[in-house]
Amino acid sequence: MMDVGRHPRVKVLTLSEVTSVKGYVGNFDVTVHKKARLVDENECTACGICTEDCPVVMPDEFNMGLSSRKAIYIPFPQAVPSAYVINPEECLGSDPIICGKCMKACEKGCIDFDMKDREIELKVGTVIVATGMDVYDPQEMDEYGYTRYENVITSMEFERLINAGGPTKGEIIRFTDRRAPRSIAFIQCVGSRSSKKGGPYCSNICCMNTVKDTLMLKEHYPEMDVKVFYIDIMAFGKGFEDLFRRSKGEGVRYIRGLPGQIREDPDTKNLVLTVENTATNELEKHDAEMVVLSLGVKPREDAKGTQEMLTLQTTSDGFYLEAHPKLQPVDSATKGIFFAGCAESPKDIKDSVTQASASSARAMRLMNSGEITIEAITAIVNEKKCKVCGICVKVCPYNAITLDKDNKIPAHVNEAACSGCGTCAAECPTDAITMRHFTDIQIESQIDSILEEDPADKILTFACNWCSYAGADFAGVSRLQYPPQVRLIRTMCSGRVDKKFIWRAFEKGAPVVLVSGCHFGDCHYIDANHWTQKRIEKIWKRMKKLGIRKERLQLEWISAAEGVRFSGVMKKMAELKATVTSEEIEDTRRLLEKQKRGK
Amino acid sequence: MAESSSGELRIGVYVCHCGLNIAGTVDCDAVARFAEGLANVVISKENEYICSEPGQQLIQDDIKEHGLNRVVVASCSPRLHEPTFRRACSQAGLNPYLMEMANLREQCSWVHSSQPREATEKAKDLVKAAISRVRALEPQEEMKVPVAKSSLVIGGGVAGIQAALDLADSGYQVYLVEKKPSIGGIMAQLDKTFPTMDCSI
Repeated sequence: MMDVGRHPRVKVLTLSEVTSVKGYVGNFDVTVHKKARLVDENECTACGICTEDCPVVMPDEFNMGLSSRKAIYIPFPQAVPSAYVINPEECLGSDPIICGKCMKACEKGCIDFDMKDREIELKVGTVIVATGMDVYDPQEMDEYGYTRYENVITSMEFERLINAGGPTKGEIIRFTDRRAPRSIAFIQCVGSRSSKKGGPYCSNICCMNTVKDTLMLKEHYPEMDVKVFYIDIMAFGKGFEDLFRRSKGEGVRYIRGLPGQIREDPDTKNLVLTVENTATNELEKHDAEMVVLSLGVKPREDAKGTQEMLTLQTTSDGFYLEAHPKLQPVDSATKGIFFAGCAESPKDIKDSVTQASASSARAMRLMNSGEITIEAITAIVNEKKCKVCGICVKVCPYNAITLDKDNKIPAHVNEAACSGCGTCAAECPTDAITMRHFTDIQIESQIDSILEEDPADKILTFACNWCSYAGADFAGVSRLQYPPQVRLIRTMCSGRVDKKFIWRAFEKGAPVVLVSGCHFGDCHYIDANHWTQKRIEKIWKRMKKLGIRKERLQLEWISAAEGVRFSGVMKKMAELKATVTSEEIEDTRRLLEKQKRGK
Repeated sequence: MAESSSGELRIGVYVCHCGLNIAGTVDCDAVARFAEGLANVVISKENEYICSEPGQQLIQDDIKEHGLNRVVVASCSPRLHEPTFRRACSQAGLNPYLMEMANLREQCSWVHSSQPREATEKAKDLVKAAISRVRALEPQEEMKVPVAKSSLVIGGGVAGIQAALDLADSGYQVYLVEKKPSIGGIMAQLDKTFPTMDCSI
């Protein structure tokens, strides 16, 4: 912590949040909102005199509310930056009639109530997302009575109690009588491995954290009766099994089975745990003077905001999705953005550090040469065909297109800013925009080839590269079976799927067509898939007008993690296909041909 | 169109077995022979692992020997190996954008493993579509843009701190953004940590 705080090439911005990230790999424009600390962090020496005079007493969040702090405080003694901070929502203010005591106390004059929040603009080449995790809140688990029984505490509270720098200076005490318990029980998997409460996944760290806690207890209180209730002990890391054995050797009892409920003796405030011991198949009752709930790990509550800002994807449990689970485990699907730590999945310190080093190496690999090649899939405008209508400018998610309506200057694409979604090309009414490597001719040749033989048999599917095509890949990796009539055409974004592609497919005898893309908010091209939706809705309207069943054109959002959903949608498409008769296909073909001739 | 810019189309098709991942379900020989009969296909071959060094070498040798100006690799997902085969083509002097992949593994053998006959027919169809597409492909030039030699690290916990230090020690400017008044994250709240049982800060 100290090293990073004083490193000449690290600018630490605390009380800060990233509010916007624009641009592309190698050239991200970042805006950071830095809240006013109201204390000059460079001048403050952390002497602490200010805090003595502060009259506002608040629960100390660093100690899980087990001690108090003032409205001007230092989060913990080793904080970096080593400076006090004022919480403006708690502080009474600088008005000398009401308070302003800290200002008087600080002889150096570090306190500045006029300090304003700041917007900081940064230009960076790469981004590392190390936003961490939240801890499961056990309040919903009524059977363990966390909100009712004072002697039921969480593993985070235990952590602060056993810490020599914590509110009890390292003493484990019961909150009801402020003495050390003679017996203590740990309950594992609180908020983990449950589809009902918390997450369905293993939180990775809690078993070993409890093993560690039991060893510390046995060190401080050798006579204490320590029990651990568990489903499985996940001690798979290096040195973990040794530690687990040491704990058992110290006399800690491991009982396989999670208590169904906890009851409190109203007089002694001791706790009774009812548990089915699955090793013996016996229903047992265990007494404990204190219970520690070993809490699981959750994705951060604000993970969704970061996800949308950086166009990341998440797995179904809410953690960020890596570009490839084995081969690119620290890369996001967005080039130049990497993951480190629990933002990607629950992990311990060693794995977090390992992943952080891996991420930084991946980032350096990109930045080292000083330049980067942009995939040649960007848009090009044929100026002669451009009618200067301005639709492309409106639909471009990156503001990469400029034109001048007044002076009839045709559209121009800033190649560096264009990401290649193809929405402009799909929307351009005069076909003046060509998407390199995803041209109309190239995509139409795929449609024609697929529908050349037995078109009535085929399920033509447009899949965006980042979500639905990746979802199909995931279905493949997971060996999820689906009907073999499915044919995918990959576009970078569903926004590229021109309405003429869909009409062409029906002209060529397609019974059904599916357009698939990322869920709203997940779109790799900010919000290009909104235009997909609008376009499909227009086609549906037109189909209705022409007397073509609109169900034959489907629109589905499938994420990269939704292999199961992908195969499910494909089965549904096969069922839909079965309802389309050859007469219906033929009627549509004739109708569309007549339309064409009419034009 | 592409034909006019590069003369006669000469397509090479490579059907990968991926060990048994593809060949266990799809009749790769039948797919390769089917491709052979399609217009503009000069050669059509099978290979055990086309992504391997010898596999890539095979493509590169054929590009030179047979004057291939289009390549279709029927193997796995382009999301995995498109960069590999683009590079291989490029090294052999073929514009990397004249290569197209057909996804026989993720979209065929793995998801229709109990229907080998249907999977083989689908594989042929996927290869055919890729060949149609490759005929229409055009060479592209990639643009180079400068890269800012600086990193944004969001989150000042143990992972963010480590990433920031590694980057900064290697000479890059780092902006470490933390929501709270101090860096340290949850790690700072822990006492001893497993498996070494030492202090966290």
